[in-house]
Amino acid sequence: MHILDSVDAAHLKSDIPDFRPGDTVKVHVNIVEGSRSRIQVFQGVVIGRSGEGIRETFTVRKVSFQVGVERTFPVHSPIIDHIEIVTRGDVRRAKLYYLRELRGKKAKIKEKRDA
Amino acid sequence: MTAVKTTKGLLGTKLGMTQVWDADNRLVPVTVVQITPNVVTQVRSEEKDGYTAVQIAYGVIDPRKVNKPSTGHFDKAGVTPRRHLTEVRTSDAAEYSLGQELAVDIFEAGQLVDVVGTSKGKGFAGVMKRHNFKGVSSSHGSHRNHRKPGSIGASSTPSRVFKGMRMAGRMGGERVTVQGLAVHSVDAEKGLLLVKGAVPGARGRIVFVRTAVKGA
Repeated sequence: MHILDSVDAAHLKSDIPDFRPGDTVKVHVNIVEGSRSRIQVFQGVVIGRSGEGIRETFTVRKVSFQVGVERTFPVHSPIIDHIEIVTRGDVRRAKLYYLRELRGKKAKIKEKRDA
Repeated sequence: MTAVKTTKGLLGTKLGMTQVWDADNRLVPVTVVQITPNVVTQVRSEEKDGYTAVQIAYGVIDPRKVNKPSTGHFDKAGVTPRRHLTEVRTSDAAEYSLGQELAVDIFEAGQLVDVVGTSKGKGFAGVMKRHNFKGVSSSHGSHRNHRKPGSIGASSTPSRVFKGMRMAGRMGGERVTVQGLAVHSVDAEKGLLLVKGAVPGARGRIVFVRTAVKGA
């Protein structure tokens, strides 16, 4: 789809930090209520990135009041104010869907140690 | 022949689909149609042709490949030969002049358009794919007839199969019109038209875009 790169280029963001599955991130989301807009933070573990280019999305999972909550964002979505990386995770999978079956201590991801 | 509205139409090439965000940050699926300027090659008038229309041409072609009658036709309009010709029925045809260039900016964002194209060929397709038949149960004693049509008619009365009975056969590769698609944006500089939603045909195929016949 290289023909349409010029159309996509207008919406591509350049300020996206380098993050991968296993990382814990804070996604600062712009929320518009009527005329006001505020920023809400969604913090959780990135359990996968999917797609490429303008269509790329990432899924963030958090456990809120013992209920698992997952939210999928387009990487280049204009509603994302910015993405903040909290910790880098040490994982061996590209998709961490197995976290859905685990709870408590087992659902913890080891932190990556700088070599 | 009914009263013809003032229709505008252009030929272009489908480049493919992508997604963009609108002003309210909603994701919009769009088809990108490339429309390099079309030229007017003939103006049909009520007196001469019995109807009013404007004939437009689009696409590059090697002039050596154009036969003599076509070359003469293009020469008459004073333009270099183009690959595709089509006519747009419109009541204001007299306002067009021979050789006039029509660019993509005759459309504007938010306007509704109809897009005509040739659908992708599916080859010889069965009734489930071609006519959305339900097929036969996958279990409950069904044996080797899961995608078959079932009965195609009654017995001794009428002793034949009615004409037009929907059966398997060639699917796709036919002229399809999609009506009432909204124009998302127009890029006059690059000659691109972004239409919300899908458009018939494969990437790289020619499509005809005109102002919508229905709707306000």
